[in-house]
Amino acid sequence: MFWEHFAVWVAAFLTLGIYSFLYKDNPWYKLCESIFVGISAGYWFVTLFWDNIYGKFWVGVFPPTHVNELGESVRTAQPDYWLLVGAVLGLLMLLRLVPKIGWLSRWSLAFIVGATAGFYLINYFSSNVMRQVQDTIMPLFGSGFDASAYVIIGNIVVAVGTFTGLIYFFFSKEHRGAFGFSAKVGIFFLMVTFGASFGYTVMSRMSLLIGRIDFLLSDWLGLIR
Amino acid sequence: MKRQVPLLITFFVGTLLIVSIFSPATENLGEEFSVFFDVIAVFAFFLGGGNLLRVHLTKISRKREDWVYSVVTLVGFIVMLWAGLFKIGNEGGIAASVTEESSLFGMVFYSVLIPLQSTMYSLLAFFIASASYRAFRAKNREATILLVAAFIILLGRTAFGTMLTSWMPPSLSLAEIPNLAIWIMNSPNLAGQRAIMIGIGLGVVSMSLRIILGVERTYLGDDGK
Repeated sequence: MFWEHFAVWVAAFLTLGIYSFLYKDNPWYKLCESIFVGISAGYWFVTLFWDNIYGKFWVGVFPPTHVNELGESVRTAQPDYWLLVGAVLGLLMLLRLVPKIGWLSRWSLAFIVGATAGFYLINYFSSNVMRQVQDTIMPLFGSGFDASAYVIIGNIVVAVGTFTGLIYFFFSKEHRGAFGFSAKVGIFFLMVTFGASFGYTVMSRMSLLIGRIDFLLSDWLGLIR
Repeated sequence: MKRQVPLLITFFVGTLLIVSIFSPATENLGEEFSVFFDVIAVFAFFLGGGNLLRVHLTKISRKREDWVYSVVTLVGFIVMLWAGLFKIGNEGGIAASVTEESSLFGMVFYSVLIPLQSTMYSLLAFFIASASYRAFRAKNREATILLVAAFIILLGRTAFGTMLTSWMPPSLSLAEIPNLAIWIMNSPNLAGQRAIMIGIGLGVVSMSLRIILGVERTYLGDDGK
């Protein structure tokens, strides 16, 4: 019980400390900020250690064993020695700290960059390009000319907006004449997208703020039951 | 050796991942490589942790301005490492989940890190309010469109928005603010999003090709030229 109350007071102290920045930068805020930095770094370090080094690497290379009915110690899975390549690449990354052989860390970096490039090239082309184009090029009036006016207008807006939006991003030709007009229409669609994203961001931040105020008024002060 | 080997690794790994897609036997190579990433990422995090210690210890030893906060950061970091790596106070022992609520790590996570994190993000609600003021000044056509879209989305997600147009007859239900917000999200916003996604996709494809073919070498640092 004591620890629960203590945790609520600590959380309230930290919450008010962060909000004190709204007045101006002050020692209370700096203290909370420093705690946040230290604890977040420690949290990610520990989480990555248990999830990746232990959970994926150690358990992968040295799978746990169990004793079967004959009393023999049996592995639950086959060891995956390929993971040692990942560990070697990881160790190479640490060589950055040794200036003389620091260039070896580029090998692991090259592996990450190459693999990311290869992986993203296919995935982005399939999900961001092909899939989006496929979803845009569709019968505007429904497959059997049975779509409602609401759906038809929506389909036309999506097709025109996507096409003109892409024209706006085409910078190899000067935006003049009919091309420039299309690019202008594209900007309008992009502005609607930015407006919608902005609206959503505001709402998500507001809901977090409401959550913190709710915590202060109910959990800490007990004013709301 | 310092430049050619990383370029060869990038080319080989990138090409291998692209080619692997075309064979059922190697289709999942990307997922297997992602485990390597996870292992390498931890070693990269060791570098980050080491850097955090170095920066703050230097600040403390030289008694630079606000060095006391560096002590707080380091204490938070070390306490979290100690609590998490040794699973202090964990009822299930070393085999139990690291974020178990009874453990010291879990307690700090739930009563310090979570409140700090959500308060930090909710703080942005206030700054977004001032950003809104600047963005919502309808200085030109584009800004007006952004303003109207954001305003409708904001109102459409609140009870007030629903109340404002609740008097409308059912025949005009499409013009009700919540329905208008849904239409904006599903049509013009979707068009803008698609144009951006296709643009990003094409950009990623071309950048990936540049990296795999060794045209783009900035990731190698200065020696990569």
